[in-house]
Order: sequence, then structure tokens, then C-alpha cells
Amino acid sequence: MAYILIFITAIFVNNVVLSQFLGICPFLGVSKKVETASGMAAAVAFVLVFATVVTYLIQIYVLDACGLGYLQTIAFILVIAALVQMVEIVLKKVSPSLYQALGVFLPLITTNCCILGVTIQVASGTYASPGLDHNLLTGVVYALCTAVGFGVALVVFAGIREQLSRVSVPKGVQGMSIALITAGLLAMAFMGFSGVNNGLQKLFGIE
Amino acid sequence: MNYFKILLNGIVKENPTFVLLLGMCPTLGTTSSAINGMSMGLATMAVLICSNFLISCVKKIIPDMVRIPSFIVIIASLVTVLQMLIKAYAPDVDKNLGLFIPLIVVNCIILGRAEAFAAKNNPFASILDGIGIGLGFTIALTLLGCVRELLGTGHAFGFELFSENYGALVFVLAPGAFIALGYLIAIVNKLRG
Amino acid sequence: MKKLQSTWYNMVAVLTVISVIAASVLAYVNSVTEGPIAEINQKNLEDGIRKVLGDDKVAIPEPETAEDGSLIYRTEKGFAVQAKDPQNASFGGDLTILVGFDVEGNIKGYTILKTNETPGLGAKAGDWFQQGSKGCIIGLNPSKNNLTVSKDGGEVDAITASTITSRSFLRAVNAAAHAACFSVSADATTCATKQQHMDKPEMNEDIEELKFDKTKTLNK
Repeated sequence: MAYILIFITAIFVNNVVLSQFLGICPFLGVSKKVETASGMAAAVAFVLVFATVVTYLIQIYVLDACGLGYLQTIAFILVIAALVQMVEIVLKKVSPSLYQALGVFLPLITTNCCILGVTIQVASGTYASPGLDHNLLTGVVYALCTAVGFGVALVVFAGIREQLSRVSVPKGVQGMSIALITAGLLAMAFMGFSGVNNGLQKLFGIE
Repeated sequence: MNYFKILLNGIVKENPTFVLLLGMCPTLGTTSSAINGMSMGLATMAVLICSNFLISCVKKIIPDMVRIPSFIVIIASLVTVLQMLIKAYAPDVDKNLGLFIPLIVVNCIILGRAEAFAAKNNPFASILDGIGIGLGFTIALTLLGCVRELLGTGHAFGFELFSENYGALVFVLAPGAFIALGYLIAIVNKLRG
Repeated sequence: MKKLQSTWYNMVAVLTVISVIAASVLAYVNSVTEGPIAEINQKNLEDGIRKVLGDDKVAIPEPETAEDGSLIYRTEKGFAVQAKDPQNASFGGDLTILVGFDVEGNIKGYTILKTNETPGLGAKAGDWFQQGSKGCIIGLNPSKNNLTVSKDGGEVDAITASTITSRSFLRAVNAAAHAACFSVSADATTCATKQQHMDKPEMNEDIEELKFDKTKTLNK
């Protein structure tokens, strides 16, 4: 039950894009078509889960063990960059069709702050997981749910923008301006979920 | 290109927030108040100036193929240094900006300027470019922070426009960030013609 | 000077040199800033304790650790308890507060040590519940007063449009009171007050909750 709570909290209540402001660049950049948006979402989910596992292990067994906590940022960003490259190479060899679908997005992911942000949150245990300890499993579940939340926000937003491209928008707010205002309305819609997590928590009887 | 132009270029013509639309995460995430927006802008500017300068100095000895990883290492260490300094000497800033300080590493503005400017120009011009873009970013963030705080709570920087009870709190919350920035960009577009 | 070629040797050498320089610079800055950072944390804590107890000179003892991980500083002016929101469910995770109680269990003051809230909003909690503000909790006693937001039937006005933060904050306050009660159960000043009020029927709901909490913590 506690995992379901993490799931709902990460996707709706505390959405990574719409309430934590992580990963805004791809959110605004690749949301013109639903198809590309879902490709990006899948690529992010893939890399985010991988990166969370690797950086968590590095944090526990290398950085914490040797007292090198101050190398966190630098180590994590290198791991993410290397991981993205590796995923790209492996994907190219193993599944060319998947590579074709995700390939374009992979290089963009290194500078997606949602990845670095979430890995830091997981490694330093500053994410909400009521009723559960912060460990590798909850960390991975949290990362996966965050990625799903990113995907949901991205795909919904892309859907809205597809519709938006068919209507005439006043000249001043064309382009990024109307996209941002739309995103604001979407964020407002997601705010409607705030508090749902506490209700569920009571319902599930999690302390 | 003369040096004054480089400086002005970052503030007006290539303003990172309003024109290039880069670095949106900190722009939206830290501007719930004017002072937070300004501290984020200044922190980013500090990193940008140093990274532009260092990268411009060492550009000759870095082989092309490892360019990006080297830049990332340099930027990440600068950010970590800044993070430790802020923690030690300005704990309030650290409290308010939190996660967004390490995330300066993945701010596209910094890597973007390293690639587009510092890797091609001399150190002095690179510093100026850093100052220009950094100022442009700081001004944009402070402006957005002011707008959000004024509309949301009625005061900014100690100046009170109206009582807090009449504030539209939504502007301090997440949706207001998007909406306020959307309208600011629209206004800038209009002014630029 | 000619630009270095992208040979295998050059690339490895350059990357190694850069990484080593970066790591040593970081190690140096870390060693320089480590002291001030620890000092600031310590000072914040001490200032916080003095502030919540309303006494500038009180001596600060070593903390005792309660069962739920709260830290209790038992001074001659009362108790200062460092506690977290047990549900850890405020926006963005941890909320850590420091609450001062007098020996009766009345709240003397509070301060927020750590929050990952939306900048600006969560910060409001630092003023909202203080003396003279709308949501004042100073002088209330968690064992007598129902310290939940008015929406949930409690006595405290929530921060405008920030009910979740307010709930999270009040849970942390209750956790602090709870921890203090456990730690002093030997001389039982705070607990005694609580015991007396258990008999009063109108307090039932509040007490039920406390009892419930207690058994849960004990079971752990």
C-alpha cells in the first residue's frame, strides 16, 4: 500500500514538472507532438531508473564510505553522462528499433535536471515516502514513479499543444508564451490533487 | 565585436530567459520571491563567469572529443565550490534555494555559453560574456520574482503595494510561475516588436 | 599554441589531469568550509533552543534521543525538542522543527530548522504560528488543546492556502510533545498533566489519538 502511496504522490500530488519544477526544458522543448513526447518520456524513465540505482550505490559504497560527500554533484553528473552514452551504445546494438524510437532524445537527457535532481533526492534521502524507510528499493520505486509523472505531464501537455496549434492565438502570446500559460493552467489542475496523499495515507492506515 | 557590445548582448539581445528560453527550471523554481530569484541569478552568474574564464583559458589543451566531459567536470566542480561556500557563509540562501544549487550544473545556459562563446573567444571577452549573460539572467529572475511576489503577497524587497490579504496566492505557487513567465515573455516579445 | 589532437593518449591524460585538479580543489575548499558549516549548524541549533525557551543564557545539555528519533534538550527553563513531521508528507519531504515547552507542557516557542518547502510558502510557517499572529500556538498545551488545523476540527488557523504545510507542521509539534512526554515519564511532570486530562470526556478524541500513537510507537 505504501508503494501505491508513493506512486500517487509522485505522479499527481507532487508532480516532478508541475510542482517541483524539474525537467522544464524537455517539458517545453519536446512537447509539440504526442508521439515525440512519449518517446522522450520513455527515454527519461529508462535512464532515470538506471541512474538512480548506480548513483545510490556510488553514494553508499564510495562517497559515504570514503567520506567524499563533497564530490556528489561531480560524480553524479559524470555517471549520468556516461550512463546516457552507454545506454545509447547498448541500445544501438541490442534493439535497433528501440534505438530509433529513443535515440534522438538520449543526448538531451544528460542536461535534464530531473535526472540529477531525483538522483540527489534519492541519494540524500530527501523524498517523501511515508511509512517506508529510505533504501534502494523505495528509491527506485520513487524514481520510476517520478518518471511516470514526468511522462504523464509531458504527454498531456503535448496533447493540449497539438490542439492549441489548430486555433488562432493572439500575436503577442504566440509560441512559448501561450505554452507557458497553458502549462500554468495544467499545473493548477494538478494542484487539485494536493492533499489526496494525506487522505489515502489515513485510508491505508500508514503512520 | 567590441567589448561593450558583448556585455549588452547578454542582457538584451540574447537574454537567456526571455529570448533564448534557457535555464527554465531555476527560473520557475526559485522565483517565488524576488530575493530568492536574485540570489539564484547571482549564484548562476558567479558560476558562469568562472566557467567561461576557465574554459576559455584551457580550451587549447582540451582535445575536441573529450570537450564536453571536461567542461562538465569543470562546471560541476565550480558549482560544488559555490555550494560549499554558500553553505558556510550564507546558510539562509542555502535554505531557500536548496536542491537548485547543485542543479546549476545542468543549467543549459552554462554549458551552452561554454560551447558557443568561451570555447571560441579569449578569456577577457569570455568573462564579459559571462557577466552579460549572468546579468541578463539575474535581471530576468529578479523581475519574475518581483512580479510573482507583488501579485501573490503584495510586497517585494520590503516595499508594500497592498495588504497581504488581497494577494492572489496562486502567483507564489507553481501555476503562477508558468503564467507570470508566459505573460512576461509576451510583453518582451511585444517590446522587441 | 596548437590545439591538442584527439589521440587516445591525449584524451586520457587531459581528462585525468582535469579530474585530479578538480578533486583536489574540492577537497581543499571542503576542508576550509567544513568548520564554518559545522559551526553554523551548531550555532543555529543553540540559538534555536535559546529562542524557543525564551532565555538567552540557558545552558544547553547533551540531547536525549526519544523512541521516534526526536532529540530532547532538557534545560532548567524547560524542554526543547527537535522533531520531524512523522508522516514526512509535506511538499518535498522533511520538515524539522524545534519546539520549546515549559515543565507544564505549554508551548513556549518554536522555530523551523529545516524545510524543503516551496521557497516563500514554507518559510511562512516560521512566522504564522508565533505570538500575535493568526495561527498562534504559543501558550497552548498539546495535551490540553487540540493542535490540528480548524478544518480538521482543531484549534489552530491554518496558513492561508497552505493547509498541507500547516498540517505537517502541527504533526511535528505533536510529535515533539509526544517525545517530551516519553522522556520525562520518570518524573512525569508533563505526562502527569496529560494523565489528569485523560479523564475529561471532551478531550476524548485528542487523547484517543495520543494513545493510539503511543501504542504504535511502543510496538515498534
